[in-house]
Amino acid sequence: MDTLTENLELFTTGFKNTGILFIVSAFFALILGTVVAAMRVSPVPAMRGAGTLYVNTVRNMPLTVILAFFALGYPKLGLVPVNFITAAIIGLSLYTATYVAEAIRSGINTVPVGQAEAARAIGLPFMQSLTLVILPQAFRSVIPPLFNVFIALLKNTTVAAGFSVLEAGAIRANLSERGFPALTGLLWVALIFVILVIGVLSPLQRYFENKWRVAR
Amino acid sequence: MTSEAAAPALVELTAVNKHYGSLHVLQDINLQVKRGEVVVVIGPSGSGKSTLCRAINRLETIDDGEIRIDGKKLPAEGKELARLRADVGMVFQSFNLFAHKTILENVTLGPIKVKGLSKAEADRQAMELLERVGVGHQAQKLPAQLSGGQQQRVAIARALAMKPKVMLFDEPTSALDPEMINEVLDVMVGLAKDGMTMIVVTHEMGFARKAADRVVFMSDGQIIEDSQPEEFFTHPKSERAKDFLSKILTH
Repeated sequence: MDTLTENLELFTTGFKNTGILFIVSAFFALILGTVVAAMRVSPVPAMRGAGTLYVNTVRNMPLTVILAFFALGYPKLGLVPVNFITAAIIGLSLYTATYVAEAIRSGINTVPVGQAEAARAIGLPFMQSLTLVILPQAFRSVIPPLFNVFIALLKNTTVAAGFSVLEAGAIRANLSERGFPALTGLLWVALIFVILVIGVLSPLQRYFENKWRVAR
Repeated sequence: MTSEAAAPALVELTAVNKHYGSLHVLQDINLQVKRGEVVVVIGPSGSGKSTLCRAINRLETIDDGEIRIDGKKLPAEGKELARLRADVGMVFQSFNLFAHKTILENVTLGPIKVKGLSKAEADRQAMELLERVGVGHQAQKLPAQLSGGQQQRVAIARALAMKPKVMLFDEPTSALDPEMINEVLDVMVGLAKDGMTMIVVTHEMGFARKAADRVVFMSDGQIIEDSQPEEFFTHPKSERAKDFLSKILTH
């Protein structure tokens, strides 16, 4: 218990940064992922191709490599400088968006094709068919896999510790420097992650599943 | 049917061909439908009649030939096509009402988003149409809470809300329980009497007799006969039509 109470500020700063990484990355990943999913079902072959290329390349790269690029490689390009936490957010968003896109695309495929045909038949263009008819129905079947992706994202944020971001994954190293037992610290970190998933993400998932349940 | 040979066709198909792999599903189709005409397309399953119907608003693409609606050639994908589809109402075999929207929203979506009507005006028109097809009191329900016959009547109202120039019906009663077929056919007969231009793919010979100006008989991707209903039912010219009629009219 001492490990936790005497280093409370370390834990709070760490998890605060984890929270920031998670929420901001989840937000951008959801938007980018939805756009990419839309591209992958678009009637324009070039859009489909670009979407597929993005998903297949980024999804198949290790997250460490992507974060290493944004933390170490990107600054050398001489473009707009970004701090480590922004770099981590960009990397996590781009990486997670590929999984979001595939989850949403699977949801789009569960919507009967007649829904899209009916939308087109009343004169809705592709984008409006998608946003007004297909996606609202796709999202509800997508909630469970989407939360899988977000839970994975929450845990993936710890990889950013390797690139100078003080988040939950970095707590252990800091504890060791202060002379506290690292293993105890790690167990606390693990416990807090479990609490976050069970206490926050799971109820959120249940909320959305209930909210978007449809009369069938 | 009045004999105005000079009146331009509202829907005009010229030498239309389509293949599904090796299956030649539409073979050199030529068809003209005048304004106000009701054309019933019948034929055995797999004859290409649904494909023909769906090609007219480009839910199916064609390999070659030309389809014109009100003189305009059917555009490829994009805004132009969307605009044209707004002028062509479509009623599907499986209704395809938007499952996440109420009955009223199903009918107002197109007018609000495509035609730019205000919500109040769209609601007013939609309620009129829903009353006309007899489901006004169901406006706030979801599609799944309605019977098949009611859903199909809503689908007709949804198509009518766009004030289309022509209505396509792709086997509108084939997915319905027998006792619900007539409530849908009654609405369709009403539309025909009001002068709506209609192309109806159906197995309902009663509707063809009662409301059609012309009957088009298709078999194996070809139009075999194109004649007036009484003539077709009493004196079919081709062997295939005779064979088809003998199978369905004996019961």
